[in-house]
Amino acid sequence: MSAAGHHRYVSADRRVREDRRFVAGKGQFVADVELPNMKHVAVIACPHAAARIKSIDKRAALKMPGVHYVLDGAELAAATHPLMTGLDTPHVPRRPLAFETARYSGEWVAAVVADSRALAEDAAEAIEVDYEPLPFVLDAEQALEKGSPLVHEAHGSNVLLDKTFVWGDVDKDFAASPRKLKLRVKWGRSSTVPIETFGVVVAWDPWREMLDVHASIQMPRYADQIGAALKIPSSSVRVHYDVDVGGSYGVKRGIKHTVLCGYLARRLGFPMRLIEDRLDNMRGGDAHGPERLFDVEVAFDNSSIVRSMKMRALENLGAYAGRSPFQLGKPIGAIVGPYKIKSVQYRAIAVVTNKTTQDAVRGFGQGPTNLALERCMDEIAHVLELDPLEVRRRNLIRHDEFPYLIPSGTTYDSGNYETVIDKVVAGSGYDELKKERDRLRREGKLAGIGIAACLEPSGGNATFEALLNPAITTSTFMDSCRINVDGLGAITATMHTTSSGQGHETLVGTVIGEVLELDPDTVRVVRPDSLNSLPSGTPVGSRMAIMLGGAAFHAAQKLRAKLTAIAAHDLGIPFERAVYKHAEVHDRDAPANRRTWAELVGIAHRNYHRMPEGFEPGLAVEHVYQVPTGGTLPDKDGRVQMYPCFSFEFHLLLLSIDPDLGETKILRYRLGHDCGTQINPKIVRGMTMGGIAHGIGAALYEEFAYNDDGQLIAQTFMDYLLPSSHEVPPVDIVDHETPSPHTVLGQKGSGESGYLGAPAAIANAINDAIRPLGISINTLPIKVAKLGDLIAAAQERK
Amino acid sequence: MRIELHVNGTPHEIDVEPRTTLLDCLRDVLGLKGAHAGCEHGVCGACTVLFDGAAVRSCLMFAAQAAGSAITTIEGVTPGPGELSPIQDAFCETHGMQCGYCTPGMILVAHALLADNPEPTREDIVEAISGNICRCTGYAQIVEAIALAAERLRGVNRPRSPSK
Amino acid sequence: MLAADEGARVIAGGQTLVPMMVMRLARPTRLIDINRIAALSYIRGDGDGIAIGATTRQCVVERDALIATKVPLLARAIPNIGHAATRARGTIGGSLANADPAAESALVAITLDAVLSYRAAGKTADIPAREFFIAPMTTSLPTGACLTGVRFPVWQGEKIGVGFHEVNARRSDFAFVSAAAQLELGADGTCKRIAIGVGAATDFPLRLDSAEQHLAGTKLDAKTVDAAVREALADIETLADLHASADYRRRAAVSLAKRAVADALADAQGSKPHAH
Repeated sequence: MSAAGHHRYVSADRRVREDRRFVAGKGQFVADVELPNMKHVAVIACPHAAARIKSIDKRAALKMPGVHYVLDGAELAAATHPLMTGLDTPHVPRRPLAFETARYSGEWVAAVVADSRALAEDAAEAIEVDYEPLPFVLDAEQALEKGSPLVHEAHGSNVLLDKTFVWGDVDKDFAASPRKLKLRVKWGRSSTVPIETFGVVVAWDPWREMLDVHASIQMPRYADQIGAALKIPSSSVRVHYDVDVGGSYGVKRGIKHTVLCGYLARRLGFPMRLIEDRLDNMRGGDAHGPERLFDVEVAFDNSSIVRSMKMRALENLGAYAGRSPFQLGKPIGAIVGPYKIKSVQYRAIAVVTNKTTQDAVRGFGQGPTNLALERCMDEIAHVLELDPLEVRRRNLIRHDEFPYLIPSGTTYDSGNYETVIDKVVAGSGYDELKKERDRLRREGKLAGIGIAACLEPSGGNATFEALLNPAITTSTFMDSCRINVDGLGAITATMHTTSSGQGHETLVGTVIGEVLELDPDTVRVVRPDSLNSLPSGTPVGSRMAIMLGGAAFHAAQKLRAKLTAIAAHDLGIPFERAVYKHAEVHDRDAPANRRTWAELVGIAHRNYHRMPEGFEPGLAVEHVYQVPTGGTLPDKDGRVQMYPCFSFEFHLLLLSIDPDLGETKILRYRLGHDCGTQINPKIVRGMTMGGIAHGIGAALYEEFAYNDDGQLIAQTFMDYLLPSSHEVPPVDIVDHETPSPHTVLGQKGSGESGYLGAPAAIANAINDAIRPLGISINTLPIKVAKLGDLIAAAQERK
Repeated sequence: MRIELHVNGTPHEIDVEPRTTLLDCLRDVLGLKGAHAGCEHGVCGACTVLFDGAAVRSCLMFAAQAAGSAITTIEGVTPGPGELSPIQDAFCETHGMQCGYCTPGMILVAHALLADNPEPTREDIVEAISGNICRCTGYAQIVEAIALAAERLRGVNRPRSPSK
Repeated sequence: MLAADEGARVIAGGQTLVPMMVMRLARPTRLIDINRIAALSYIRGDGDGIAIGATTRQCVVERDALIATKVPLLARAIPNIGHAATRARGTIGGSLANADPAAESALVAITLDAVLSYRAAGKTADIPAREFFIAPMTTSLPTGACLTGVRFPVWQGEKIGVGFHEVNARRSDFAFVSAAAQLELGADGTCKRIAIGVGAATDFPLRLDSAEQHLAGTKLDAKTVDAAVREALADIETLADLHASADYRRRAAVSLAKRAVADALADAQGSKPHAH
């Protein structure tokens, strides 16, 4: 089956099988898991931005009804290893409960176990912690300064990462360019903020030495990390993957919650349940996202061709780091976006501050990078007095130039950017939009057009780990699928991770149905627990369509080959003459001579005497799939192939701004989207629309804001503002399919689509709208009143 | 305290602490897990139930306050095991969800809307679901699901052609 | 019961109190549920006004025909309170007694000179809205008293118009600033009477008395309205928070008050005011 081949089920408008249980309220979320004798955990959060913990008085709490235990950081630190980090920073240990020093407001310092969550919260209020407040730092630039308070004194500075890469002859390209432009762009601290908070239920069976974990988790190597921290073999950790996760988009990584509950379950002998409430989640759940300051300089000529770029990215990690610094590394694989920029200097700096810890957020740093790059393209258009769309067209990698090697060592697989853009602006679309904008301006409104042309790296070949931390030599990134056809011919396939709404069961069923030429709905898809699983990853890096789809495809191909071989043997014909069609096998030269599915199943399960020699009985196959284009480590110049596939999205929108109030209104929104072959178009569209909504939030509404005392002040949904149906306009999505040559069906990723370009497009539209006032804004989110204040100040100056 | 709750047409005599919210009572006492906790301060709508037919936040009420009123949860609008209501089916048809966490609340809001307004405009639908946050979908396929359900329900209620 | 226990609180719709309790920011020792007092849920004519019982649900007021014709400003403002699901439980009395500076009901009460009634120690008493709100989340309701209702005067006249505007981060959020106006035009189109209020900008909703005086008897041309509103709001001390600065609120107050007056004028003239 070729990538360009005709598909029966793939790309068809089919329902998503997971939906049936969700519409009936029958998803199985972690909060729905009830184990006998389960106890409930509440946590005590530090009220200071930084403080030494002098003492914790548990006596009053322990006397309260229904209270079983109060755990502090000292006890937990003595009994467990620190949590895994991505960088080699031994003096920046991260633990579930603060030990000796708490480093952000909201950090957990103790945990209470009680018969109910309400009783645990009652007791938490009775615990007296004596704190000695310490100096703190919130701002990344201040954290870099000499004399800044140190978040981790033993580390000696606040810098966890400071690495500069130079790909190509940047100095020469800058010197040769007649034009240069500098821009400072800031991506505000926001995150994915799923509606379900993180939760975990852990039980320990001392007789079997087994830790059973149910969690709303989306984390690679979760079981391994639990075992390592609790000092038990990972084969004693059984993670149940058949828990529905109520949204994640990257951040559901409650390793600290799990280790905390795992320790308590072992210590006390009861199953432990910790479900964050919203406050726990916002301030102490360690689920914030990037807060990144860019200083970008681009060198270009008078016709707007960009030759070179210098980008400095300063990331405010918060108090501790797991994998979050790697979010500076992933964008290296698409550092030049869809453009032919010849050379790049990239300096990535990650600092710790006294803010809540981050984790992975949709796009893993790509959204902020795309914002910086796309803001630059608009500014180039402005200084050259060119149309921003024309500037992009001149710089785009053309369809006939793929595969295309970018300076940082990644080869883009395929693309047809000019066609996607043409489709979006087809006819008079763009000109109409400009006319509409100019008409609004004549009416006294502020109006602007926003464009963003962005890439979505997909597939999860995460070699940025090795690039940023030479101690890491991981080049293996795999996913797996096992298929078993039982004695009655029914098919069961496996996947080996949780899902948080991506429709993976539908994906596996569709791909297997396609390969075996049978109704995908007849393929049962199950999720064994971690001990029964094959080596697999999780839904990160926009990888599942490529990786799980690839694993299911190859496993199904193995099954198809085995069925064909059994039939050929039974028919007494050479393998080459046996034709598999519609779940049967016939003789090419005598089509009536055939073996049905039921007959082949019977042979495999019950008639060993009819099996080809050396064949295993039954119809069980499995495939462990290595990421396409993967398997290499960075060279000495810091070049490496990252993700295999690159989806493209082109945003075009018109918005107006009320000049008195700063209110923005998106009037038109068109998106061109190319993620190769779409396995399920309903899923792709949902992901893309959801990504745009999330991007609108990051651009206009969402921010984990802190006050000068280091207190998180946006810690409820009344202050951290998620877009509602009113804030998300209808979007006209124009699809185009440029298959990837690297994947089994030509598919690319779409799990981050929309989000990776919407903030850039909105920021560009707002800047286009306010440019007539002589002002610009390059800090997200662009909140109503902030924009109103900026416009008012500009009008006063006039 | 002892109260009687009428949930999905069935009376339940139960003991709850006065501070127990209706949401916690439905989930923990009655085992109805379809209503979900999202924010527990009345913003996200994941806990939506029908209270005498109107969509309300079950996290913003005490169970004791619901005594004597008719409570309907997602379990109560599901026609039977494995069977879907026209609204539930429409959500499946358009894929008006992803993770499924906000979905019961959205469907109950749709029930309340369509009971009141069988021909909602897009604006009506957008307004009706604006108190329910979905983080996955960007709402487009939810709006389409409700519009599709409305269309189908109107079809069901249209008089048959008099020709026979 | 309320008088005997200082920690006791009255619960009406619970749309504000319950989340405060869930976040452990409010810890009442006792909750007195007044939802079942049928006598407190009503909308009825009362002399030259309309009386609304304290536990009348916001959604009921929103759909009430009498309110729509007699107190159109309230009808215009109510859909801006929260979402449909919170208006299904939230009550008029609850939102007045809670005294959030951004409460739309409080703004309308101030703008129309509503009178609030309460019961304390077995007796009923009245407070004018202008004396009821004294600080953010604070009223002059005596300790142990329970709000029982509110009476809105009905403006008689042929050409009455109303306008209401607010600005917020998202459509359903608490307003940064809100503005309400009600006016009556004479046969020749001059303004016979006008009331303008601004909410959410200050500790409690404001009446723009000086602007009203300037504008009565005028044709309400844009320039006159602009000057009058600006002058009335020149010295107000505005609130500032995470979402909006004090300067923002001052400017938005001017802008929205003008829009509310413009809408009210258009409404009175019989043309449809443009939607917010």
